[in-house]
Amino acid sequence: MADPKPIDRPLSPFMLGPYYRFQMTSVSSLLTRITGNALIVSFLLGVWWLLGAAIGGGTFATANGVATSWFGDLVFTLSLLGIWYHYLAGLRHLYYDAGHGLDIKTAEMLGWVCIIGSVALTVLTLIIIQF
Amino acid sequence: MRYLTDRKRAERKGASGTGTEHHWYMSVSAVALAFLIPTFLYVFGHALGQGRDQVAATFGSPFAAILTGLVLFVSMQHFAKGAQTMIEDYTHGSWRRGLVMLVYSLAYVITATGLYALVKMAM
Repeated sequence: MADPKPIDRPLSPFMLGPYYRFQMTSVSSLLTRITGNALIVSFLLGVWWLLGAAIGGGTFATANGVATSWFGDLVFTLSLLGIWYHYLAGLRHLYYDAGHGLDIKTAEMLGWVCIIGSVALTVLTLIIIQF
Repeated sequence: MRYLTDRKRAERKGASGTGTEHHWYMSVSAVALAFLIPTFLYVFGHALGQGRDQVAATFGSPFAAILTGLVLFVSMQHFAKGAQTMIEDYTHGSWRRGLVMLVYSLAYVITATGLYALVKMAM
């Protein structure tokens, strides 16, 4: 007969730290998930702002006020960093899926490419959208 | 030697039986978004901070309207399926089912709201 009490197994993200050392490969993978899911905040704000622009009046004034406030700037700037990170990590995923870059040295290097590349692309985007 | 492709061998395996399809959808939508997102970031970033008339004119133009519609639809489907994977990794039972329903609903609400706004600005 099977043990009626289910075994309380640790779940994957909670293995980091207490069971596994932090490594570039695991941390950069976890960051992909965090950035991807966190982007929903800027989509909510962005769609509210778009709806405001479509309806006009007080709806636009309120949505635009929030979207262009310090809070809106913070959300959209962090989202820009998040979307570029998720973008690069996604391309890395496709590269991995094709069976490339899976040796430790390349995999760790690609993690740094995602982190440094996302910061560079964020700064570049912030400059380009001014024109 | 069996004359089967890697994909054929993987299909119907695993707990859900549909993991191959889910994974393939994420790859397809990722490539689509890789083309859409850079242009969208420019259009959105450029319009943000402008007055209502300019914003409505920008998103009312055919190119920006179609681009934004595609970004909304593809990214929200990509989000729903990605969030589903996260939920299935960390939760079980009723919580899992409820949260998966919630993220799919949220994705559809955001898509529908955005598309409504685009149609209204295009007219």
